[in-house]
Amino acid sequence: MDSLDSIREVFFQECDEQLNELETGLGLIQTGATLADTINAVFRAVHSIKGGAGIFGLDELVNFAHIFETTLDRIRRGELATSPQVIQVFLRAADILSDFVNAARTDGVYNLAKSKTVISELKHLTSTDPALATDERLDEVSAETGLLKLPYWHIIFKPFPSLYAKGNETMLLLRALERLGTLDVKIDVSNVPELQNLDPENTYLSWKIALFADCTEDIIRDVFEFVEGDCELQISWIEGDTKSDGTFEQPDIDMSKFELFTLPQQVEETSAAAAMSTNNADQNLPDQQTSKTDTTQHVNATIRVDLDRVDRMINLVGELVINEAMLSQRVIEAGIARTSSVAIALDELEHLTREIQDSVMAIRAQPVRSVFQRMPRLVREVAAQTNKQVRLLMDGETTEVDKTVIERISDPLTHMIRNAIDHGLESPEIRVAAGKPAEGTVRLVALHRSGRIVVEVSDDGAGINRARVKAKATENGLISSDATLTDEEIDNLIFLPGFSTASAVTDISGRGVGMDVVRRSVQALGGRISIASRPGKGSTFTLSLPLTLAVLDGMVVTAAGHTLIVPLGAILETLQPRERDIHALDHNIRVLAARGGYIPMIDVAMLLGYRHQAIDPTKSVALLVECESGTRAVLLYDTIQGQRQVVIKSLESNYRAVPGIAAATVMGDGRVALILDVDAIITSTRMATARLERPRIEQTLMEVS
Amino acid sequence: MTNSTYGEPKSRELIAFRIGEQEFCINIMTVREIRGWTAATSLPHAPEYLRGVINLRGAVLPIIDLSVRLGLPSTEPTERNVIIVAQIAHQQVGLLVDAVSDILNFNEENIQQTPDIASDLVRMFIRGLLPVEGRMISLLSLDHVLPADALEDS
Amino acid sequence: MTTTVLTVDDSRTMRDMLKYSLLEAGFRVLQAQDGLDGLEVLKTETPDVIVTDLNMPRLDGFGFIEALRRDVDRKSMPVLILTTEVDTEKKLRAKAAGATGWIVKPFDPVKLVDAIRRVAA
Repeated sequence: MDSLDSIREVFFQECDEQLNELETGLGLIQTGATLADTINAVFRAVHSIKGGAGIFGLDELVNFAHIFETTLDRIRRGELATSPQVIQVFLRAADILSDFVNAARTDGVYNLAKSKTVISELKHLTSTDPALATDERLDEVSAETGLLKLPYWHIIFKPFPSLYAKGNETMLLLRALERLGTLDVKIDVSNVPELQNLDPENTYLSWKIALFADCTEDIIRDVFEFVEGDCELQISWIEGDTKSDGTFEQPDIDMSKFELFTLPQQVEETSAAAAMSTNNADQNLPDQQTSKTDTTQHVNATIRVDLDRVDRMINLVGELVINEAMLSQRVIEAGIARTSSVAIALDELEHLTREIQDSVMAIRAQPVRSVFQRMPRLVREVAAQTNKQVRLLMDGETTEVDKTVIERISDPLTHMIRNAIDHGLESPEIRVAAGKPAEGTVRLVALHRSGRIVVEVSDDGAGINRARVKAKATENGLISSDATLTDEEIDNLIFLPGFSTASAVTDISGRGVGMDVVRRSVQALGGRISIASRPGKGSTFTLSLPLTLAVLDGMVVTAAGHTLIVPLGAILETLQPRERDIHALDHNIRVLAARGGYIPMIDVAMLLGYRHQAIDPTKSVALLVECESGTRAVLLYDTIQGQRQVVIKSLESNYRAVPGIAAATVMGDGRVALILDVDAIITSTRMATARLERPRIEQTLMEVS
Repeated sequence: MTNSTYGEPKSRELIAFRIGEQEFCINIMTVREIRGWTAATSLPHAPEYLRGVINLRGAVLPIIDLSVRLGLPSTEPTERNVIIVAQIAHQQVGLLVDAVSDILNFNEENIQQTPDIASDLVRMFIRGLLPVEGRMISLLSLDHVLPADALEDS
Repeated sequence: MTTTVLTVDDSRTMRDMLKYSLLEAGFRVLQAQDGLDGLEVLKTETPDVIVTDLNMPRLDGFGFIEALRRDVDRKSMPVLILTTEVDTEKKLRAKAAGATGWIVKPFDPVKLVDAIRRVAA
């Protein structure tokens, strides 16, 4: 990747952060918290996006952000009140801004018509300013727009061709200036001629620089020492506005605007550098209680680290844990007393090792906030589409989970929320008729529970219409018409493949995609999903996921002397097959009568070639498993050793993929154990059985819950 | 007057090891470490020469029984056997051998052609022969030691 | 990327002093004895910055810089001259010849590195 691409990537990452910041801030203002901090944070978020966008020539994004920012500035200056109507406009503007960013990220074209309404709404809010109301095309904001009210050095710098001819470089001069204080740099391109008239040896650009630094003019002149005579240089001191109480207003300079010019490795440090220079500026203004330190310090305290490095560390710590366990085992075997100093030291080592493991895992952990923050917009959109009134309550945004899990939690969550509004909540009229408030409530909650993250989506709607669900399932041939099911079993029918309660597939709940897809994607992450519903009161979907994808909850089993791991997420039940439940379909296919159906049995050791004589099912332990597509099978093993969390190791990095095996892990004794790929095993067996006994097998695979 | 640092010794070093009665050698630059035999976890449906996988400081390392790979008689490994951990392209593999016997210096010009009478299997892995103090040591090329794709084992 | 500096000076002591200070600061160092030697090095190397003395045998600093600025591929390469504080006239002449900046002899290692960082991208 070349450096420009990586800078672009950083820019979009920062856009995401800023958009989240914006959404949070507006949310806070909506609740009535009109703290200067929050308003500043919101303003700065838009300002930063604008600054970065300018560098990449994203003019439409810059223009929109500028209009948005100008309106926000009026709030900041107390010229505009944060009424609910105003906030609504801002929320819509935030959505549009996010659309602009996404369009730019994918090099897509943004439909400008969509932003027109919001632009005119924003302009209406700033209509006291005639210039804004009339002029749509706005130049980039600069030191002169009145946002900056601190005293500063105003520097006009126009290089002559001789400056470059001698190997000097404007960027380096700006960088040297930046070391003196905080910069706001504006480039003047007005002298650049048409391309055919452009003389490559000539210079057309000049810079206007606001330098917020407590230094003498001589120090600034020193920076330009080498280029004296090779440029036009004007340096003047501009007095800032002072308020009646004698304090200065904060500067609102966004360093990213400047720093994105510089070298890629410096971009990584942008936030820190910005924070540091701002802090310097603060020191020059001792009287002032800053309103921006909170956020700047927050940014200051983070670094970006290559994920590979963290993963390597996690791997090594995993090894450390295993080694420590082996050492303890050896010490016990050697007959050393538990009270001896060696054993005590080992206890301490174990404690430390666990702590290191937790800390390392925490590096990858991130709050689910980044996903949660996308939901208010989703709710607004779906509510508008379905003509429902919805209030979204969120809790536990700070709950932390592995970054990879966060990335993959977003889709199922989006689906669940859509589903809650579209299918769960009633229309306002029906709600009022039922004695409920017209506005429905959707709650989104994240929490940690026994080493997993649990996300709940609940609504106060009508609950699952069990009669209808059951009728639908019967109609689709998912259950027999005379099946007697518990309420819970009926509720869970909605997760079956091909089930959809809405008679017409609505656009909102997604192009024919049902809850079965949600469940499959959750299972693919080693997670589980369940539903609890009360008629008339609403439904709660509960999503439970591992905290990281680097480890897996597994059942440790033995097959023909080989230790294997079966992912816990795939296991429905542990069974002890009885003679009378076993039926032979063929000399090598046997099915087990369980859960009201006939489920094919697979001798795993034989399938993997570990033995050639099939095990007697009544002398084996059986695990009822289900693959992502919902197909079930009974896997037979010799013994079960127990449940265990294992660290996932790739077989491909030094070897290659092995059919039937998902990955490997290292056990407490230091040996490698293989993790079964349940999906692949079921699929391969199904293909074999389908060839032999197609009609009857399909009968047995039918769900009779 | 430039401060460039060039130069590597012209002769290279080889590590020699025994399998049964025969001696082989590989370029020492490909060797990452040498360790004792530990029981490997066998992989389903793997080629016969793949002993299985072991844990090498957290990475899963495949173990190639070089004896079987070269078409020589296979023996059950004991604690006296040695695993040479070698780097082949981006992957690391463990080579199960009887013992490491020597470290040799060699010049390219000393390598003799593999006789035409050798089998295809031998010609696939042996780059040439190296006479050392009356012994004949086969110089192995590791490029084809790992199965290239599924075609080879079927 | 390590910054590479080419030092051009006929004094061995000066060359060694420069080399020591620059290596200490983490730069990669190339050396040449005079302007001609310097041009020779530039045929195979592309340093990020050149530090050159002015008074040298065969081809002096002025000639060296002028030759460099005539070379299309190397004309924007930053060149710092080594000069004494009092020698304003030489400073101006070197600038006219195309020098990017200057380092005042006897140099202080910190200022040397600072000057290089000021002109090296």
